[in-house]
Amino acid sequence: MQTNKSKNSSATPKAAFYNRAEVRSVIFQVIVFLGLAYFFYTIYNNTMTNMEARGIRTGFGFMSQPAGFDILLSLIPFEATDSYGRTFFVGLLNTLLVSAISIVFATLLGFLVGVSRLSSNWLVAKVATVFVETFRNIPLLLQIFFWYFAVLATLPGVRDSISVADSIFVNVRGLSVPKIVWSDGASIVFYALLAAIAGAFFLSRWARKRQENTGQPFPTLWATLGLIIGLPLLTFLIAGSPASVEVPKLEGFGFKGGMTLIPELVALTVALSVYTAAFIAEAVRAGVQSVSHGQVEAAAALGLPHAKVLRFVTIPQALRVIVPPLNSQYQNLIKNSSLAMAIGYPDLVAVFMGSTLNQVGQAVEIVFMTMMVYLLINLTLSMFMNWYNARIKLVER
Amino acid sequence: MKKSVLFGLVTAAIFSTNVQADTLEDVKKAGMLKCGVSTGLAGFSQKDEKGNWSGLDVDVCRGVAAAVLGDASKVSYKPLTAKERFTALQSGEIDILSRNTTWTATRDTSLGLNFAGVVYYDGAGFMVNKKLGIDSALKLDGAAACIQAGTSTELAIADYFRENNMKYKVVTFETSDQTRSGFESGRCDFLVSDQSQLYSLRIGLKDPEGAVVLPEVISKEPLGPVVRQGDDKWFNIVKWSLNAMIEGEFQGVTSANADEMAKSGKPGQKRLLGSEGDLGEKLGLSADWAHQIIKQVGNYSESFERNVGMGSALKISRGLNAQWNKGGILYSPAMR
Repeated sequence: MQTNKSKNSSATPKAAFYNRAEVRSVIFQVIVFLGLAYFFYTIYNNTMTNMEARGIRTGFGFMSQPAGFDILLSLIPFEATDSYGRTFFVGLLNTLLVSAISIVFATLLGFLVGVSRLSSNWLVAKVATVFVETFRNIPLLLQIFFWYFAVLATLPGVRDSISVADSIFVNVRGLSVPKIVWSDGASIVFYALLAAIAGAFFLSRWARKRQENTGQPFPTLWATLGLIIGLPLLTFLIAGSPASVEVPKLEGFGFKGGMTLIPELVALTVALSVYTAAFIAEAVRAGVQSVSHGQVEAAAALGLPHAKVLRFVTIPQALRVIVPPLNSQYQNLIKNSSLAMAIGYPDLVAVFMGSTLNQVGQAVEIVFMTMMVYLLINLTLSMFMNWYNARIKLVER
Repeated sequence: MKKSVLFGLVTAAIFSTNVQADTLEDVKKAGMLKCGVSTGLAGFSQKDEKGNWSGLDVDVCRGVAAAVLGDASKVSYKPLTAKERFTALQSGEIDILSRNTTWTATRDTSLGLNFAGVVYYDGAGFMVNKKLGIDSALKLDGAAACIQAGTSTELAIADYFRENNMKYKVVTFETSDQTRSGFESGRCDFLVSDQSQLYSLRIGLKDPEGAVVLPEVISKEPLGPVVRQGDDKWFNIVKWSLNAMIEGEFQGVTSANADEMAKSGKPGQKRLLGSEGDLGEKLGLSADWAHQIIKQVGNYSESFERNVGMGSALKISRGLNAQWNKGGILYSPAMR
């Protein structure tokens, strides 16, 4: 066989340069690439030429022009005199804000419901099933409308606010709570918090090492929690309480001072969290059920209590099944957050593809930018989730 | 719907190479005028239970259809939100945009569009809850506003509060219905919009008496029909169809007496109605183009009173929108 083959190859004349497999593959790739590049160039060129011929302004010059309109919620200082470019970042940050909060809540709620569906308690399992089947099967937009126009809009007006201890107020304009105003010398508290977090990190590493070596457990959760809360608190008291509380007060048309959580953000967060949690719950259920029952029984036979069986046996193995669909759900949530516009939450689509687009009128540029942003956010998230997935996947020793 | 509009623009921008548009030919060939209107605004463009559209803006489209196709009913309406409207026109999805759209220099110069005239002289104003007991917009410092996204009012209110050193919060909704719901639920203290729209939104409230429109008018909002730039023939047709309605009122020609005036009217009336002169031919239309507009749709006054004036639920007085010789600024250039 070996000899036969070598004989053959030496017998046939060397293939022509353009017939060699590796050369061909390169040639075809170059051709495809050039073709694609030409295709996209034609699209770009045609778009520009046609828009110019129709007298539509093109380019990104508008980004530095003053916007001239106001925005309900902004994480960075924003005024009507700021540029259109800044409206882009205001919208982007608002999108990231609502997505981040919703992802946290959706995950917590999803895990809770997913595990509850497998509960041996009949009532708990049924309630979880009803939750999943209800929220998974109603269009998200309707749910957003429901939370905003049917639930939050029925709250009392500003003057009839529901108040708790005269410092927390709930009304149709949102939730007003007292704000902590830091005074001079408060920075030491933040340093203490940073130190506590670092300390907690090293403590838990040490505890894990010790347990691996000696088998002695350590109450890591309580210790780290105590450290993170206790140290800054202690510093705060020693530094002489360098902070004051600003209570919201009804003045003129609304509440002044304090912090206000706007109902648009609440409605959107609730709708996104609940809707996505229903899907996450199913992924969690699938993950938990994928762990063979023998493992749980073996762990129980070793004398591990139920909580530890979950923590050390079931969940680590279930996560391998849960994480990939979880990634998709997170990405869906981020994309779904663009429904914000329907209830007036100023996200990227509402602000930039809404107000800015209409004032400027350059649809092609603005829509392109917005699409790229969602793509970039989701690719970044995907990269992180893939990294996490690789970390938790089964390591074969 | 929005997606299709954007998709339309992008594909139109990408694939079309022929930019020499002839909207008149297209409309004649289709036998139908595609008209962009609002998603529902009493008096200007709204749909009844039977699916028939009516309103001042709708009458502009009906007028153009009567002039071009000889039949005011040959219009297909496309409801658009404020944000979608220009894209729909740019992409050719509609032939004419008649959707309470403010004529601004920026829009006229940077969108590849042309404003063909003014059908209603408007200005942005405020509607507040009566319970607040406010009689002037200057007392609105610190209040929250409900507003519709993508309108020139968004800019007007920012200017107004800045000029007067006042602060406000703005809640921006996508459609005027949502804006009204927000105002009704108490999410905001006042609603900002064009004055004409305020009246129209007010009668849609559960308790219209509970809201008042403040006297301040904070901006110029001349509303008019819009067409694509680069098709002057079509631009002329829309412009003069609107002028025909205005001139019709000035000349005293109504839907009732148009037939008679065409035969035995004064020279000006005859010229308008096409029984003298060749205005129709110059526009590329039939001689009786304006005759059809006035006969089928009515003159400006008829349309105004029927849709927004005393014959309607809105009961808006003519004000600025009266003829120039009756205290208003409505003026058609010479029909000769």
